[in-house]
Amino acid sequence: MSDPTIDSPEITETLDLWVAGTEEPEFSPTDEGEQEISDHESEARLDEQFGRVVEDDYVFDDGVDEGERMILNMGPQHPSTHGVLRLQVELEGEIIRRTKPIIGYLHTGMEKTGEQLNFSQGGTNVTRMDYLAPFHNELAYSLAVERLLGIEVPPRAAAIRVLLTELNRCSSHLVALATNGMDIGAISMMIYGFREREQILGFFEKTTGLRMNHNFIRPGGVAADLAPGWKDDVAAILTELPRRLQQYDDLLKDNPIWIARTRGVGVISAEEAIAYGITGPALRAAGVAWDLRQAFPYSGIENYEFEVPVGEHGDVYDRYRVRIEEIHQSLRIVEQAMDSMPMGDYRVDDRKVTPPPRARIDESMEALIHHFKLFTEGFKVPPGETYVAVESPRGELGCYLVSNGEARPYRIHTRAPSFANLQGLPIAMADSLMADTVATIASMDPVMGDVDR
Amino acid sequence: MSDETTTVEETPPVGPERPLPEHPVLRALFEDFETVGWVRSLGQDVAQVPNEAWAGFAHAVRDAGFEVCVDVTVVDWMRERPERFEIVANLLSMAHKLRLRMTTTAGRVDPSVASLVPIWPGVNFAEREAYDMFGVTFEGHPDLTRILMPDDWEGHPLRKDFGVGSVPVQFKESHQVS
Amino acid sequence: MATTAPGNLMMTTVDKAARWARTRSMFPATFGLACCAIEMMATGAAHYDLARFGMEVFRASPRQADLMIVAGRVSQKMAPVLRQVFDQMPDPKWVISMGACASTGGMFNNYALVQGVDQVVPVDIYVPGCPPGPQSLLHGILTLHDKIMSGEINN
Repeated sequence: MSDPTIDSPEITETLDLWVAGTEEPEFSPTDEGEQEISDHESEARLDEQFGRVVEDDYVFDDGVDEGERMILNMGPQHPSTHGVLRLQVELEGEIIRRTKPIIGYLHTGMEKTGEQLNFSQGGTNVTRMDYLAPFHNELAYSLAVERLLGIEVPPRAAAIRVLLTELNRCSSHLVALATNGMDIGAISMMIYGFREREQILGFFEKTTGLRMNHNFIRPGGVAADLAPGWKDDVAAILTELPRRLQQYDDLLKDNPIWIARTRGVGVISAEEAIAYGITGPALRAAGVAWDLRQAFPYSGIENYEFEVPVGEHGDVYDRYRVRIEEIHQSLRIVEQAMDSMPMGDYRVDDRKVTPPPRARIDESMEALIHHFKLFTEGFKVPPGETYVAVESPRGELGCYLVSNGEARPYRIHTRAPSFANLQGLPIAMADSLMADTVATIASMDPVMGDVDR
Repeated sequence: MSDETTTVEETPPVGPERPLPEHPVLRALFEDFETVGWVRSLGQDVAQVPNEAWAGFAHAVRDAGFEVCVDVTVVDWMRERPERFEIVANLLSMAHKLRLRMTTTAGRVDPSVASLVPIWPGVNFAEREAYDMFGVTFEGHPDLTRILMPDDWEGHPLRKDFGVGSVPVQFKESHQVS
Repeated sequence: MATTAPGNLMMTTVDKAARWARTRSMFPATFGLACCAIEMMATGAAHYDLARFGMEVFRASPRQADLMIVAGRVSQKMAPVLRQVFDQMPDPKWVISMGACASTGGMFNNYALVQGVDQVVPVDIYVPGCPPGPQSLLHGILTLHDKIMSGEINN
C-alpha cells in the first residue's frame, strides 16, 4: 500500500506537522478518568461563554494562549450520518486535546427483550442491533444456539449463509464508503454507494422478503430456499459491482483533495488497536492481518479462497482502501459460493428444531401440532453457555448466550464491534484538527444500534 | 519393610487429579494458579477464578499471550446459584489463535470485582455497561458512570428483579389513509 | 395572515399559493436514528429520488427545516433532545413518524424506549413498517403533501 508519490519525504514532512499522535499527549491514553470533561478550572470559562458573566475586556489578540480551552459538544443530532453519537471535545484553538464519546442515545434494551423472546424469535431481535449487517448478527446468534443444541447445519444452508453474509459485507461497506465520501465532501459518493446497494438489496428482497432486518438465518439453517433464478441475479451483481468500484477508484483513489484530507488523519497504530480491542478494517488498516474468517472459520467459509487486505499506516485513507479491497474479496467469495452451491436441505432435519413442511400441515394432525408447539412454546435448549464470534463488516461480532434449559435464553449478550471501536476515537482524534473529526468518525464506521443495543 | 495395611506413598494422597488443559500455553497458566479451576464448556476453555485472584490471573493471562480482551459482561443468576452475579470475560490470543473465557462470582450485597482496565484498556466501556446494567462495581475503573441509561436513572435494568417495563398496547385514534 | 380571513377571493388564492409553496419545497431535518434512517437515506438517493419533490436537501440545522422525519427508535435518553430539536423548528412544521418504533415503540415494548414518539411531539403522519421501504416513506410524504394542499392540516 505504499505509494512512492505520496510517501516522498517532502510530502510526509509537510503532513507531519499535523499528523495525529506525533505530539506527546498530555494524558496517558489508558487513564480514562482524566478525560472527565467538566472540571472546575473551566467553570469560569463556561460562565463566560454562556453569557452568565459579561466582561468588557476586548483585547485584540491573534494567538492562542496556553491553557485556554473550550469544550464543544457535537451531537447527538448532527448531520454526519452515523446516528446518535455525542462527542464532547476539548479544543485548544483548532486542535483537539481530549475527546469523550457519550453514547446511550439509542439504547433499546435488546438484551432484556432477548430474554423475553424464545430462541426462534431471537433472530428478529438481534438482527436490529447492527442494522447495516443484519445477516451477521443473525449468523452469530444462530451459531451460538446451534452450538448449545449440538446440531450441524447441512452444507447448502452453510453455503447460503456465506453467500448472504458476504453480500451483506458488500452492502455495508458501500454505505460506509458513501457516508465517508459525503462527510468529507465527495457528495457523489453518497449517490454512487446507495445506487449499488439498491441492486444488492433487491436480491435480498427477492430471497428473504425484506430489504433490511431479515430474520432469515435462523437456528437450524435458513428460513427458506433461494428463489428460482437467483443465479442470474447474483451474476448481474457480480458484473455490475466491479465496474462501479472502478468508478469509485476513478473518483477517489488518486484524487489529491481526497488524499490530502485522509492521509495521515485519524491514525491508530497496531499496538493501540490491539490494546483497545479494535477489530475489523480499522485493525487491518493498521497492519495486523487478523480476520476471524481465516483464524476461526465458521459456516464452511474455509472452503472458499480469498485474501485479507491489510493496510499500513492506520489512517483514514488506509481504512478506505481496506474496505474497497474487502468488497472485491467478498465478491470473489460470492462467485465461488454461486458456482459451487451444494444441493440439499436448507435447514437441519431435526424434528425438535425444524417445523414440518407447510404442505404437510394440511394433511397430518401431528404435523399441525408439531408446528403449533414449535411456534408457540418454542424449542427448549439444553443448559449451557457459549461465545461465538463472526467477522462482521465492523469487526468481531460475538454472541454470548446462556441457557438454563428453558425455551428462552437466560442471558444474551452481544459483543458489539462498534462499541469497542468507539474507544479508538479519542486515540485517533488526539492532537488533530477539529476539521478532521468528521473524517475520522466516518472511517471508524460506528453503527449506533450496535453500540447501544 | 513397610507394613501391608496402608499403601506406601512418597507424598500424601492429593485426592482427584485436578484437570488441566492440554494446550501448552493454557496448561502453563493453570499450573501457576492453583485456585483457578479449568472447565471445558462445549468446546471452549473456561477458567473459574475466585474473586480475589481476578486481577492477578488476568495479568498472567495477558502475559501468556492473550493480547485482546474481547468482552466483559455479567450474568445475574438470582437464586439459582449461591453467588448471585457471575462476571465473565472473554479473551483472545491472536498470536496463538486461542480463546479463553474467565469467570468469577460476586455476591448479592455490594457486588464488586477488580477492574481489568489497567490490563486491557479496551474493556473500559464494557465494564461501564456491566455496572450500568447490573450494578456490579469494578474497583480501579477510572470512570465508573452510567453509559447507556440516562445519568439520573434509578435501578439496574438487566437484573432479573427489574421488570421489562412493557406498557399495555395503546390504540391511537389516528385515521387510516388508504 | 393568509389563512384566517374568509370569503375574500384574493386571500384564498394567496392561501392556496402559500400551501402550494410549502408542499413543493419542504426541507426535512436530519433526524435519522436507527435502521429507518438508512431507508430514509435510500429514499433520498438515486433510485427513489426525493429531489423530484424538492426535498433532497436535508437541513442539518432545525432552524432551516420544515419537516422532521423521526426515523428510528427513540430512547429515554434521546427524548429530551428530540423535543428540543422540534421546538427549535420554526412554524409551519410537520412531523412524520417513520417506522414501527417511532410510531408505537415497535417490537421493543420495554423500559428503554419511548412507546411512540407522539408522547413527545405532535405527529402528522405515521408510516408503518420495520423498516418501511422507500415506497412506503414516499407514500407517507406525498400523503402529507396532499393533506397540506387540501387544507386539512393547518399549521
